[in-house]
Amino acid sequence: MTTEVITDIAQAEQGTSLWQDAWVRLKKNRLAVCGLIVLLIMVMTALLTPWIAPYAFDAQNLDLGATPPSAAHWLGTDIFGRDMLTQILYGGRISLAVGFIATTVALLIGVTWGAIAGYVGGRVDAVMMRLVDILYALPFMIFIVLLMVVFGRNMLLLFLAIGAVEWLTMARIMRGQVQSLRQQEFVEAAISLGLPTSTIIRRHLVPNALGPIIVYTTLTIPGVMLLEAFLSFLGLGVQPPQTSWGLLISYGADTMEEYPWLLIYPGLTLTVTLFSLNFLGDGLRDALDVRGSRD
Amino acid sequence: MTAFRQLITAVTVSGLLACSAGENNVERGNREGILYFGNGTEPQTIDPHVLTGSPEGNLASALFEPLIARNPYTLEIEPGVAERWEFNADRSVITFYLNPEARWSNGDPVTAQDFVWSWQRALNPKIGNQVADVVFYHIRNAEAYHLGRIDDPDAIGVQALDAHTLRVALEYSNPFALLKFTYVYLAPVHRATIEAHGAPTDRFSPWTRPVNFVGNGPFTLDEWKMQRFVKVKRNPYYWDRDNVALNGIVFRPIESSTTEEKMFRSGQLHTALNPPNSKIPDYRAQSETPLVEGPFMGIYYYMMNMEHPPLDNGRVRRAMALSIDRETLARSVLQDTVTAWSSYVPFGMPDYEHTHILDFDPEAARRLLAEAGYPGGAGFPALTLKYNTAENHRSVAIAVQQMWKQHLNIDVQIANEEWRVYLDSLDQHNYDIARMGWVADIYPGSFLDTMISTGGTNRTGFANAEYDRIILEDLRATPDKDAQMQLYQRAERIFLEETPLIPIYAYKTKRLVQPSLQGMPANAGDMLNYKYVVLDADAPAWKWQTPADNRQAAN
Amino acid sequence: MWRFIGSRLLQAVPVILAVITATFFLVRMAPGGPFDSEKAVIPEVRAALEAQYRLDQPLASQYFAYLGDLASGDFGPSFKYPGRSVNELIAAGLPVTAELGFYALLIATLIGGLAGVLASLKPNTAQDYVPMALAMLGICMPTFLLGPLLVLLFGIRLEWLPVSGWGDLPGDKILPSLTLGAALAAYIARLSRAGMLEVLSQDYIRTARAKGLPEWQVVTRHALRGGLLPVVTFLGPAFAGLLAGSFVVESIFQIPGLGRFYVQAAFNRDYTMILGTTVFLSTLIVLFNLMSDVLAAWLNPRLRAQYGSSA
Repeated sequence: MTTEVITDIAQAEQGTSLWQDAWVRLKKNRLAVCGLIVLLIMVMTALLTPWIAPYAFDAQNLDLGATPPSAAHWLGTDIFGRDMLTQILYGGRISLAVGFIATTVALLIGVTWGAIAGYVGGRVDAVMMRLVDILYALPFMIFIVLLMVVFGRNMLLLFLAIGAVEWLTMARIMRGQVQSLRQQEFVEAAISLGLPTSTIIRRHLVPNALGPIIVYTTLTIPGVMLLEAFLSFLGLGVQPPQTSWGLLISYGADTMEEYPWLLIYPGLTLTVTLFSLNFLGDGLRDALDVRGSRD
Repeated sequence: MTAFRQLITAVTVSGLLACSAGENNVERGNREGILYFGNGTEPQTIDPHVLTGSPEGNLASALFEPLIARNPYTLEIEPGVAERWEFNADRSVITFYLNPEARWSNGDPVTAQDFVWSWQRALNPKIGNQVADVVFYHIRNAEAYHLGRIDDPDAIGVQALDAHTLRVALEYSNPFALLKFTYVYLAPVHRATIEAHGAPTDRFSPWTRPVNFVGNGPFTLDEWKMQRFVKVKRNPYYWDRDNVALNGIVFRPIESSTTEEKMFRSGQLHTALNPPNSKIPDYRAQSETPLVEGPFMGIYYYMMNMEHPPLDNGRVRRAMALSIDRETLARSVLQDTVTAWSSYVPFGMPDYEHTHILDFDPEAARRLLAEAGYPGGAGFPALTLKYNTAENHRSVAIAVQQMWKQHLNIDVQIANEEWRVYLDSLDQHNYDIARMGWVADIYPGSFLDTMISTGGTNRTGFANAEYDRIILEDLRATPDKDAQMQLYQRAERIFLEETPLIPIYAYKTKRLVQPSLQGMPANAGDMLNYKYVVLDADAPAWKWQTPADNRQAAN
Repeated sequence: MWRFIGSRLLQAVPVILAVITATFFLVRMAPGGPFDSEKAVIPEVRAALEAQYRLDQPLASQYFAYLGDLASGDFGPSFKYPGRSVNELIAAGLPVTAELGFYALLIATLIGGLAGVLASLKPNTAQDYVPMALAMLGICMPTFLLGPLLVLLFGIRLEWLPVSGWGDLPGDKILPSLTLGAALAAYIARLSRAGMLEVLSQDYIRTARAKGLPEWQVVTRHALRGGLLPVVTFLGPAFAGLLAGSFVVESIFQIPGLGRFYVQAAFNRDYTMILGTTVFLSTLIVLFNLMSDVLAAWLNPRLRAQYGSSA
């Protein structure tokens, strides 16, 4: 009992200073701060889209048709006379949601899997990680295309499919972390106290591996968003009437010669968002001093 | 190591910059008499009894010749393998007299026995001919044999009286019967060649490879590189070779119409079909535009599932049909590349009087919807409009969705499905409203016949006893063409009054044609006859004029 | 070493078998069959077609028959193209895809390697920031955006290069190779910069410098070999990834390669073709990964020792 309290306090102190240090270091990294700000703006606009979008999502003006950017339509209109800024805002909601949700799926599976493998060790670990190795070897891009063709038109499946690919790296990282943490005294103490495994994993191991988890989560989100955009581009991801940046880019690419603004603005938005996420992720990696697995 | 490095450099530089002469395909083609033809997708096959699609048809038409041909300008029929033909008194039997000069590309004569054998092969259930019901069933016992109800191929109403006389007995007399003998699906195939490369009904047979191939068309197969090109060259034995101007054709499979248009613009193709709609205004603005437009026999429509409430209510179906502003749709979304059209038999059908009871009328639509129990759209259940994944279908669906919202205040969801999944949904009647198109020939039966209650394109649940009787009994007992037209008009009226589907527009041909290319006019059958195609090497080269200034001015 | 290779090869077998099985049953679960068309297919015709393609047999026996064919190297006949075998289709597409992948890899290695090395020589200066920012752009700009943008700029606006095709017009291979290679170049730039930085801080480099060797000789003679090691081991999986990822580029530029065949086959429910391309590409990817592991083990003495003992 006492030991647990003490270790908790010790961790808390260590944790606080660690996080404060990291924050100070992160603030010095101008690119990462810019990324963070851009990202916050993106998330805010996505949350507030229904209130701040200049037009209704499905408002058409067939007689107007496709027009280049103007005072009334800052980013122009598509062939239905729909406001492009509005489309990008609503598309951003989906793209970001897919990015965050699918990453969460990957995170949950990966962390659980990796933590169990790393903690239990031995034969269980060997079997679990061999499975990860096998899955790594599968050509997933090909499988996702096949899955989406076969079952199509299903957001849930999209999350699952993307999450299923991205959890592998997370599992490997988590396993490595847990393996090294397991050797440490406070974990040994917790084990000797007879705490249930689940409690040890939840309260001791995961919090201490938080740094790498955060870093790789930040770096996974852009990968996931890219994958969503890629599937949508092939017509296999998000389906109309919903829209996403990938879908907008796909439509824009069809008519880029006549209406280049329909390609350039969604493309720019996606690129800037991915840029921000990557810079933030790199910054966090430096700030939290996370090294290790290269992917 | 150095040698290896040099090799890599050499391979890379020469590969990336692989140079050819400065002449483009169109110029070279004009000089050499070779037509460069943008042909959509990679042809699946050239076997006339297996093929179904239009790129395959375009290619096979160069390689095979049926009994009769059509003039691409007038669509009048003219001799093919048959130099003349005659009907018996009640027009139920046709006798074709084959041209004794007709030859296969290996020099063998084309005989009446070739046709008998070919059609027996085409109708053999084992080969899995998917268009036989549309193109063969007018021949006596063709249906029975094709569906396996009789086993004797000699019972089919085709007989060789001698080497050059072919007698065809029809199931019923029909003033349009001759048209079907112009289809490439009814072309003969070379028996000895097919038998040399496997069973006659084997779909996998390699007889269609250039080294094995024997055909009877104006051209014969020269070279086939998958996904790159198919080359055909003159058939030296073709009976009418003196009237064939081209030395060969290169068919290029280019899946994306955007790419095909760009290739046309850069002089790599003599002709490209279906340039993207967004480019059409720019093409129309060109002086001496290479864009050829004209109506052809195709209709684009939304089927309604009559088993799904509230679409089981005729008033609801009618209201939905009346609330589509087709003119605006055609103009704004489709750049007038189609004809706004509210009836099922398409615009341009010769000698036919159209019914227009479904024209845009939002007042009447609202009234009907109120009568059906949904005043102002109140309480209208959520319906889904399905389309197969394609840019054009999406555009139409988005605009129509908005029109229903605006004029009837009803919410219809739109959803797309990938083509195979989509067809499966339709077959299982798993849809509320679904888009479909039908392209056929210049007689009304090619549209209305398949809409009988058991028809292959009728997936709506439409079943009307009077309609079926007109198609299956009255028309078959009426050999007179004018009387047939009257009957078809009556049938179409019944059909439109019940409104199992919403006609949206009639198709137009839109083809890009270089000025040097002549003999490929737009025609209502959207059909090609390569014999008429001439390349004029002296024609002025066409150059794209960038219409950017026009466009900005317009905005 | 041989034991290591052998065990990795043995490991690859269940992976490939899993791919075959999963694909086989996944494809059959898909709604819609290869013979559907605008007009409902007459049941008698459908039965005849299914008989020709063995589809009338129970699924299990179809599966084992397929495995049997595969064992003898036969991918079966294509559904979509009667008269063609899947082997033939793969043989037609593979050289194109391989050529595209080769150019892309070459461009990526040259540009990426150069940028990374340059950046590492003067860290935290403009010579570092500019190439690294460009590399980040390469990572963030998806292929399907970069491709159309390059086409818009060089193909349509400037009219310098052809917008599509493969081997039809002079220079038509440049834009696709560049598009496919860009993201890879970015990764290589980052990898080689990191690798170089690590090596440059090591003792033997300091020794070399202390000996008074000119800086360019220090770099070319000593640093490059160690610094680019991570890049070398990265190339195997990268090339495999290029093969699988080329279908976007092949679609954008209308290139008749394996990737495009695969996507078309998936849409057309060409069962044998989907299976054939998936199995073929998967095997290739697995083999490339294997090769790069072996290469890494062979190049890195520490890893070599580790694998030698564990395998």
